[in-house]
Amino acid sequence: MSPTGAEVIRKIRSEVEEVDPSEVRDHLGNGVVLVDVRESEEWDAGHIPGAKHVPRGYLESRIEGAAPGRGDRVVLYCASGQRSALAAHTLAEQLGYENVASMTGGITLWKDRGYQVETPRSLTKEQRERYSRHLLVPEIGLEGQTKLLEAKVLLLGAGGLGSPTALYLAAAGVGTLGIVDDDEVDLSNLQRQVIHTTDRIGTPKVDSAEEAIEAINPDVEVVKYRTRLDASNIMDIIPGYDVIVDGVDNFPTRYLLNDATVRLQLPVVSASILGFDGQLSVFKPYDGPCYRCLYPVPPPAELAPSCGANGVLGVLPGTMGLLQATEVIKLITGAGEPLIGRLLLYEALGATFTELKVRRDPECEICSRPPEDISDEELGVFPDYEAFCAAAG
Amino acid sequence: MATVKIPPVLRPSVGGEKEVQATGADVAAVLSSLAEDHPDTRSQLFSGEGELNRYVNVYLNDEDVRVLDGLETSVSETDTLVILPAMAGGSAPA
Repeated sequence: MSPTGAEVIRKIRSEVEEVDPSEVRDHLGNGVVLVDVRESEEWDAGHIPGAKHVPRGYLESRIEGAAPGRGDRVVLYCASGQRSALAAHTLAEQLGYENVASMTGGITLWKDRGYQVETPRSLTKEQRERYSRHLLVPEIGLEGQTKLLEAKVLLLGAGGLGSPTALYLAAAGVGTLGIVDDDEVDLSNLQRQVIHTTDRIGTPKVDSAEEAIEAINPDVEVVKYRTRLDASNIMDIIPGYDVIVDGVDNFPTRYLLNDATVRLQLPVVSASILGFDGQLSVFKPYDGPCYRCLYPVPPPAELAPSCGANGVLGVLPGTMGLLQATEVIKLITGAGEPLIGRLLLYEALGATFTELKVRRDPECEICSRPPEDISDEELGVFPDYEAFCAAAG
Repeated sequence: MATVKIPPVLRPSVGGEKEVQATGADVAAVLSSLAEDHPDTRSQLFSGEGELNRYVNVYLNDEDVRVLDGLETSVSETDTLVILPAMAGGSAPA
C-alpha cells in the first residue's frame, strides 16, 4: 500500500537537518544563505530580514541565484517548517547541496519568539495594477518598484533627451522628478521634445513637462527649477537627489556638474547627441571614472558644436534618452550591470553600437582626490567658453 | 590597413565618411597617414608640436590608447581605431 502524504512528509523531515529559529538568528550574516520558500503574497506580508525569496515552485530553477555554491550553508524556512523541509530534501537529494537545513516552526515560530520581521512597503490596489508588469519581472518586483517610488531623480533639461527620459521615468513610478530648465516651449522643439505639445508653445518647459507627467502618473511629485544650472545654484539644487540625468548642451555645465557630483558622490547618467550620433555613459564617482577622466579637457570651440544650433535626427534623443532612463532604473533598483566605466556610441545611419572602455584616471584633477578636498572655487573650472564661442562666431 | 572610425565633427574633413582605411604599424603612423590623406584632420588631431591633442581620445578597438602604449601602441590590419572628441549636444540649456 502506498504511504499517505503525512507519512511521506514525516519520513522526509526525519532525513532533513532542522535548526531552531534561535540558531538561525545567531548565525544570520555569517555566510548563511537564508531562503524563504513561501509564495509571493506570504513574502510580501513579512519576511526575515536578510532572507532571499525563492518560492518552492521555482526552487530548482532559481536556487542558484540565491545560493550559487553546492557547499554553501543554506537554511530554508516557510510558514511552519513543512514546505521548507520538503524543499531542503530536494536541494540535498536532487541538486546536491551538501549543507542544507530547514528552520523548525517556520516564520510563525520566529515571530512568536519576538524576532524581527521585515514588511516591504505595500502598494495600493491601483499601484499593483499600474506597476503589474514591473512586479512580474524578478529583477524589479515589489522591492524594485518600492525603490523607484522612493527615488528622487533630477533631470537637467526638459528638451530632446529630457523629454523621453521624464515620460518613461514618470511612467515607471519614480517618486520625485526634479526638472531644471529655464526655457519655454518653441515650435522647433516639437520635432523631438515629445513631452511638450503644440498647444503649450510659449509655456515654460518645466510647467509643460509637469502637466504631461501628472497626466501619466499622479504618483510622481514634480519639483520645478525654472533656471539654468550654474555655479551659483548647483549646490542648492542637486543635493538630496539619488541620480542626476545629464543631457545638457554645453561643456561648461557638464564639467560643473561633474565636479559637484563627484564631491557629493552622486551618480550621473550622461548622454550627448549630434546629427545621427549619440554617446552614453554612467559616471558613478569613485566606483568608476568621472567625466574629466574621459574628457580631461574640452575641445576648442571649432570642434565643439555646442556653440550654436545644430541639426539632429528627431528620433535620436528619444533613443539616447530612453537608454538613459533604462540606466537610471538600473541604478535605483540595483538590477543588471550599469554602464559604469563604459562608453556606448550609437550611430543611427549605420545602425551600429560601439562600446569603449573608460578607465579612472589616477591623475584626474577631480576624482583622484577625496570628495571633501574639492572646494567651491574648483567646481566647474573651465576656459571661458562663452567668450570662446563668441570668438568662433 | 586598419579601420579608423571618424567622429561627426571630423567627417567634413574626410569627405563625409564615417570610417576610413589608413596604414601604419602603430597609432602614430596610422593617424599620420590619415592626416596625409586628409590634411584638414591634422590640425584637429595634432598640436603644433606634433603631439596628439589632449581633447582627442583614441581607442584601439575598445581600449583607450592612453592605458596601452599611447601613440606607440601597435596596430594590426584587423584593428579598428576610434577617434573620439567630447560631444555636448543634448537638451536645451539647463
